[in-house]
Amino acid sequence: MSCEVVVKLFATFREGRGKQVVLPLVPGTTTPSDLVRAIGLLEVDVAILLVNGRDGKWDQRLEIGDYLSIFPPVGGG
Amino acid sequence: MAGYQGKLLRINLTEGTVKEEVLDANLAKHYIGGRGLGTKMLMDEVSPKVDALSPDNKMIVLTGPLSGTPTPTGGRYMVITKSPLTDTVACSNSGGHWGAELKYAGYDGIIFEGKSEKPCYVLIEDSQISIESADDLWGKLVGETTNILSERHGQKHRVMTIGPAGENLSRIAAIMNEKDRAAGRSGVGAVMGSKNLKAVVVRGTQSVPVHDANALKEVFSDALKKIKANGVTGQGLPTYGTAVLVNIINENGVLPTRNFQQAYDANADEISGETLADRYLVKKEACHRCPIACGRYCKVDDIEGGGPEYETIWAFGSDCGVSDLGSVIKANYWCNELGLDTISAGATIAAAMELRERGLIPEALLEGEALEFGNADAVVAWTKKMGYREGLGDFMAEGSYRMADHFGAPELSMTVKKQELPAYDPRGIQGHGLQYATSNRGGCHVRGYMISPEILGEPTKLDRFSLEGKAAWAKVFQDLTAVIDSMGLCLFTSFALGAPEYAELLNCVTGSTHTAESLLAAGERIYTLERLYNLESGVSPDQDTLPKRLLEEPIPAGPSKDWVHKLSELLPEYYELRGWSKEGIPTKERLTLLEIR
Repeated sequence: MSCEVVVKLFATFREGRGKQVVLPLVPGTTTPSDLVRAIGLLEVDVAILLVNGRDGKWDQRLEIGDYLSIFPPVGGG
Repeated sequence: MAGYQGKLLRINLTEGTVKEEVLDANLAKHYIGGRGLGTKMLMDEVSPKVDALSPDNKMIVLTGPLSGTPTPTGGRYMVITKSPLTDTVACSNSGGHWGAELKYAGYDGIIFEGKSEKPCYVLIEDSQISIESADDLWGKLVGETTNILSERHGQKHRVMTIGPAGENLSRIAAIMNEKDRAAGRSGVGAVMGSKNLKAVVVRGTQSVPVHDANALKEVFSDALKKIKANGVTGQGLPTYGTAVLVNIINENGVLPTRNFQQAYDANADEISGETLADRYLVKKEACHRCPIACGRYCKVDDIEGGGPEYETIWAFGSDCGVSDLGSVIKANYWCNELGLDTISAGATIAAAMELRERGLIPEALLEGEALEFGNADAVVAWTKKMGYREGLGDFMAEGSYRMADHFGAPELSMTVKKQELPAYDPRGIQGHGLQYATSNRGGCHVRGYMISPEILGEPTKLDRFSLEGKAAWAKVFQDLTAVIDSMGLCLFTSFALGAPEYAELLNCVTGSTHTAESLLAAGERIYTLERLYNLESGVSPDQDTLPKRLLEEPIPAGPSKDWVHKLSELLPEYYELRGWSKEGIPTKERLTLLEIR
C-alpha cells in the first residue's frame, strides 16, 4: 500500500484544487495540521475536520488508509 | 402596542363575515406572537379532539412582533392549526415577503373559521377586506394562480395560495407564498383546502410601530454585523445555500439513503450544493430583509424556479437512491406547483419504493414509471400522481405512514408521529434523534436543530455519538427555537445570534424587559403548551419514539457503521429536565412555574 493520504475538499476549498488532493503520508507522524498547511490553508479556515468520517484532531497521527474531509464554515437545514 | 399592530382579522368562511378584533396585549406578551400566541389561541378556540379537515378546525395565520420591522429576516409568518397528518398542533413557518405584507396591512394575523360553500379567496388591501370567488382558480397550479392574482390586483400584492394537492386534501400539502416559499410541513395546505380557501392576497401600506427606534438601530446593526461575520450565515449559506449540507452530512455517514436502509450515499456529490452551483444555479434569492440570501433559483431543461433546498435534494435524491440532480430539481418544481411538502413527498416516494421492493404493493397500482430506487424519472412522475391522487398517488397523498399501514408494513414509514423524518440519520447523531422523538409536530429538524452543535460545531462542537448532556442541549434548542419562531425571525439567524441578542431585539421592538433567561422560559412555556395540546388531542407520550429501524437496525456501512439510536437512555433525563412525569406528562408544579393556565 502506498504511503499516501487523501484529503477530500468541499465547498470553496475546491476552488483551484479540485475535489480532492493526494499527499504523501508518513504513517504515525503526519497530522491533519501538516496536510492542511500543505494545500495552502490554515487551521482557522477549516470549520469541520473529519478523519475517516469522525471528528478529527489537528495533532492526531495519521495511519495508512486514513482519509480527511475538510469543510469551510457551512450550514443550513 | 409596539411591535404588534394590535389587530386580528376573524374571517368566518361559512358565514362569509369579516371581523376586526383587538389583539389581547397580555396574551401577546406572555406568548410573544406567531407560534406561541397561535398555539394559545388554538388551545382556547379549537378542541384538540376536532377532525383536522372539518369546518370546526381553525386555521390561524400569525406574524411575530418582529415581522415587518427592520430586524434582519423579520418577515416570517406561521400557520397554526390542528394537523391532519400528525393530529398534533401544526405550526408551519414560511419566509418570503407575505408575512411582512400582512403586518403592513395593519394586522398581526388572521383566524380562518368554518368552510366556504364554494372556492374562494380573500383579498386584503389595508383595511379593505373582501371574500372573492375562486371558481376560476380552483384546480390551477401555484404559479398560474399567483400570476393571475398578481395581474388582477397588482404586482405589489403578495399571494399565498394552495395548489391542487391542498385542494385534494393531501395530508402532506403545503401552503405556498410568492410561488416558491412554503409553509410546508404537517399538512396545513389540506386544512386550507378543506375550507375551500384557495388564496389570500395581501397589500399593505402601513408601518409597524417600534418601541425604541434609536436603540433598535444600534441593536439591529450589531445583529447584522454578527450575521455577516459568522462563517455559516455570512459565507456558507450565501455561497451555496442549504444544499451544501449534502456532502457534510454524507461524509459523517448520516445521510439517510434508500428509505434509511443505509446512511452513506456513494453518489452524494452528484446531488451536492457544489454540483448545484456548477450546473443549475441561475441566481440567489433572499426573503424579506434577509442579509443571508440562502435561497436558490435553478433551471433544468424547460423548468425553472425556486429551490431546491438541502432537505428536498435529500428526499428525492439519496432517500430515493437517485443521483440525477436535474430530476430532483424537477420534482421540487412540481412540489411547489402542486403545493406539496418536499420532505414528506420525497420520503413517501422512498417508502413506496421499499414497499414495492418487498412486493407489498399490488401491480395494478404501480402503473407508470417504475417505482424503483435509483429511477430518477420516477420521483418526478410520482410526485405529479401524488398531487393529483392518481393510482398509488392517492395513497401517497395520505403521507407515508398511512400508505405503509394500508399495505401492511407501517414500520417502513420513516416517521415520528406520522410525519416524515428529514435528512439526518439519528443513529449517528444522538441528540438530534432525541429532538426528533420529542418534536411537538412529529418528525422535524427545525424544532431544535441539534445538527448545529453535533455536526457543524455551532456554537460549540459536541461528540455526535455521546449521550452526555444531550437532553439538556435538546431542551434548550427546542425552547430557543420556539422563541425565534414566535418572534417572526428565521431560524438561520441562530447560527450567529443567541438568546441575549434575541432578548435585546425583542425589547427594542416591543418594550418588553426580557433577559436571555426569561426568553428561554417563554420558549419553554410555548413548548409545554404545545405538548398539552397534543396530549389532549390523544397523541400519547408513547409516540415520543423513532421508527423501529433506527432503534434496532445498526447502520450497515460508512463512518457511522454499527450505530443505533439509544433513545431509551435519553428520554427519562429529557422528561425530568422538562419537569414532566416519568410518563411524559407535564407536572402541575411546572405548569404553575411556567404560568400556563
